Amino acid sequence: MNYETVIGLEVHAELKTNTKIYCGCINEFGGEPNTHTCPICSGMPGTLPVLNKRVVDFAIKAGLAMNCSITQYSKQDRKNYFYPDLPKAYQISQFDLPLCQNGYVDIVVNGETKRIGITRIHIEEDAGKLVHDDYANCSIADYNRCGVPLIEIVSEPDLRSPEEAHVFLETLKTILEYTEVSDCKMQEGSLRCDVNLSLRPEGQKEFGTRCEMKNINSFRAAVRSMEYEQKRQTEVLSNGGIINQETRRWDDVKGESIVMRTKEDAQDYRYFPEPDLLPMIISDEWIEEIRSTIPELPEQRKSRYISEFGLPEYDAFLLTSSKKTADYFDETVSLGASPKAVSNWMMGDIAKFINDKELEAGDIPFAPAQLKALIDLIEKGTISNSAAKKVLAEMFAQPEEPEKIVERLGLSQVSDEGALMAMVQEVLAQNPQSIVDYKAGKDRALGFLMGQIMRVSKGKANPQVINQMLKEALDKA
Amino acid sequence: MHTLTAHEIRDRIKNKELSSVEITKAYLDRIEKVEDKVESYVTVLQEEAMQSAEAIDKKIAAGEEVGALAGVPVALKDNLCTKDVLTTCSSKMLYNFRPPYDSTVAKKLKDADTVLLGKVNMDEFAMGSSTETSYFKKTKNPYDLSKVPGGSSGGSAACVAADEATFTLGSDTGGSIRQPASLCGCVGMKPTYGTVSRFGLVAFASSLDQIGPLAKDVQDCALIYDQIVGYDPMDSTSVNREYASFEKALTGDVKGLKIGMPAEYMGEGISAPVQKAVLAALESFKAMGASYEEMHLPLNEYALPAYYMISSAEASSNLARFDGVKYGFRAEKFEDLVDLYAQTRSEGFGAEVKRRIMIGTYALSSGYYDAYYKKAQQVRTMIMQDFDKAFEKYDVLVTPTTPTTAFGFGEKTDDPLQMYMADICTVSVNIGGLPAVVLPCGYDENGLPIGLQIIGKPFGEAAILNAAYALEKTITKIKPAL
Repeated sequence: MNYETVIGLEVHAELKTNTKIYCGCINEFGGEPNTHTCPICSGMPGTLPVLNKRVVDFAIKAGLAMNCSITQYSKQDRKNYFYPDLPKAYQISQFDLPLCQNGYVDIVVNGETKRIGITRIHIEEDAGKLVHDDYANCSIADYNRCGVPLIEIVSEPDLRSPEEAHVFLETLKTILEYTEVSDCKMQEGSLRCDVNLSLRPEGQKEFGTRCEMKNINSFRAAVRSMEYEQKRQTEVLSNGGIINQETRRWDDVKGESIVMRTKEDAQDYRYFPEPDLLPMIISDEWIEEIRSTIPELPEQRKSRYISEFGLPEYDAFLLTSSKKTADYFDETVSLGASPKAVSNWMMGDIAKFINDKELEAGDIPFAPAQLKALIDLIEKGTISNSAAKKVLAEMFAQPEEPEKIVERLGLSQVSDEGALMAMVQEVLAQNPQSIVDYKAGKDRALGFLMGQIMRVSKGKANPQVINQMLKEALDKA
Repeated sequence: MHTLTAHEIRDRIKNKELSSVEITKAYLDRIEKVEDKVESYVTVLQEEAMQSAEAIDKKIAAGEEVGALAGVPVALKDNLCTKDVLTTCSSKMLYNFRPPYDSTVAKKLKDADTVLLGKVNMDEFAMGSSTETSYFKKTKNPYDLSKVPGGSSGGSAACVAADEATFTLGSDTGGSIRQPASLCGCVGMKPTYGTVSRFGLVAFASSLDQIGPLAKDVQDCALIYDQIVGYDPMDSTSVNREYASFEKALTGDVKGLKIGMPAEYMGEGISAPVQKAVLAALESFKAMGASYEEMHLPLNEYALPAYYMISSAEASSNLARFDGVKYGFRAEKFEDLVDLYAQTRSEGFGAEVKRRIMIGTYALSSGYYDAYYKKAQQVRTMIMQDFDKAFEKYDVLVTPTTPTTAFGFGEKTDDPLQMYMADICTVSVNIGGLPAVVLPCGYDENGLPIGLQIIGKPFGEAAILNAAYALEKTITKIKPAL
């Protein structure tokens, strides 16, 4: 039997507000343990939370960018559970009245656009971190992350493959970056996701039993965990087994997931309205004010690149999938560089360097003006394409103007006709047989002679110019 | 000297008839003399008190501006956080806890230049009506040392009644200021929810808790309230509004005041001497030009069960942070993380606290939430409407504070329901978020004080304080013989 995969995601994104959600502590990654803390975020007795308004702004902004309706009477709730990284033994979250509901995000998979439902987006506080010291046989609690504001984005079970889920995650990330509500730095844990996956026989309407996967620290891990789970569930079902509803822990090193807890020992979080905080009343004016701050979103930007610059859809998609990359592209083009050339460089060699150096998308170490200068050097014929690649490598290595690099490495092409003519004459004089061959119609002779001239010029001859000169000289010979 | 009221001390210090050191010393001597019998304090800050008294005297001598309660000796309930000073909630769980911050009220009293004498006893985490659940000691009723002082602010009430402080602050979740104030013959007030910041009050039930004064007379009560009332950005439930002086609003004129007397609080279960004294007080009001009539608060009978559901549910969550990980008590022996929690909480909490945590956990559990917690919240809304309706017709409501005068130690500890009934007259006020002041309106045949409760509209403190001020003048107060 063939099974259809059904996936829903829960994505947690840390909001990049200046301060934490319920106190004045700085919201910043890292720092010595327990230095970004105060009596409030470390849950000391008698302290009270005060909601950071920026958190609500950011959550609404994300919600509007994901086409959600905003809950104008919203409230916060306590989620109760014991764990040493949660100093109050409850997390302030939202239960039945999340700030944003019923939205959607369009994703493009294999050229097809698909609409994925967003069930809800709610605000909550992050927990701290436990550092386990096996040597000393103890755990140490670091509360720096306690009270860092989060939004949890819950998707509808609309995704049908790990690939779709991956594109959805990338799309969400792009929207969060564009709206500037989150840094989305996976390696710092500012974007995390839980996966819900089930299978059902093809054609069946009802969903199968789902399993939830936790401890996923990268998009790659998310995809791997989904592929693993898809395979695991297929095997169980194909062998006549049944899927137990359970929470599984993904182990990215081993590439497998193990049962964390079953449905029977699912926690009862005893949610109830947070009595220390008042309901949030969101006015129409407030929503409109936030709406006006939403920038051009990736989808709109992509369309603009296609219509305005004539870029292929794929190129436009890649360029706009990171706000930084797209901003860089726009700035370079606005300086007068050809969009097509900028796009080629950014998607080609620049992207390769970023990958190799494991930089964040769009983290280009030189300014758009320098990329423009590089492109100008090629267009003026000062350097060849291959020389330009060398210049680019230097630009990634250290801050230096492209012109200076060309000078330092002696990469400028010889376009001076006198100097080139001397080389042409020299090569022709040394290869009389090739002249004969050329006259006899052997085209390969032209290639050979070109190669000889390039060798003599140490690769600096402008190929277009010498091609022209060589042909003229051969015709005269 | 220790019998002086706060306003008397304020006036004498202002006129340089009295120094802060003198009055502080008088109180420390008084504590020395009677504390063995009363046992109202958990912590006495002898040296610190003398130091701050000296500092205040210096300021006065230097002609510097001093706070409104300069030199007045005060004690705080031990659930109000005081920077670097033990704040135990009378629990083993916090036997060693010194907060690195002041509660907003502690800070305000510091700014008013009061002298902090110490921290006073209470029922563990404010759960109880007799202060018998304190981990540390049993505070006695100064009027009869064989009787309880009431609770949970029993230490706060006994302390004032025994003249071991000029005034104290307590917290009131279901009657915890008013019931002990009544049993100990003090004036106590539970202000409107949201008027006094809860920041730094170790939470019992966040939506019901409110801090208020316990004082020697009504004027003090108003004077202290003037100092602690006000918006606090650190407490999201604190109300942002302006308050005129409540002390200055005291006229003693109650002509035309319309008083409602809820029949539900004058019937079965309320002892004869209490009913008699309350009726006598109502007659006094009438004699002063006010009017009163019997009326009904039909839904009030559901207040007590609703209260125990809501307060226990919130408490189960509020007290979850006491887990032995970060501060306070930690069990010595445990096997793993879950065992650390279990042992610490088993050993660190007393029986009544555990009972409330269990009730509250149950009420919030999946499958029971709608039947208990949610239902209780609906009842709460209806009780509030009951009050709203009453206040369309009446300016204030008058009831007894407690069904009986002070009871004996151990009398109700075996039957939690009996103990909970001690709050029957007071809990609905918390449910409604209303202000209420209590004051002695007579004494029973054994000389034990009887408390009268005057309930006001939201933010109606001026009206209830003024009514209390008028009635107080008709009452001859009897000091406990210690």
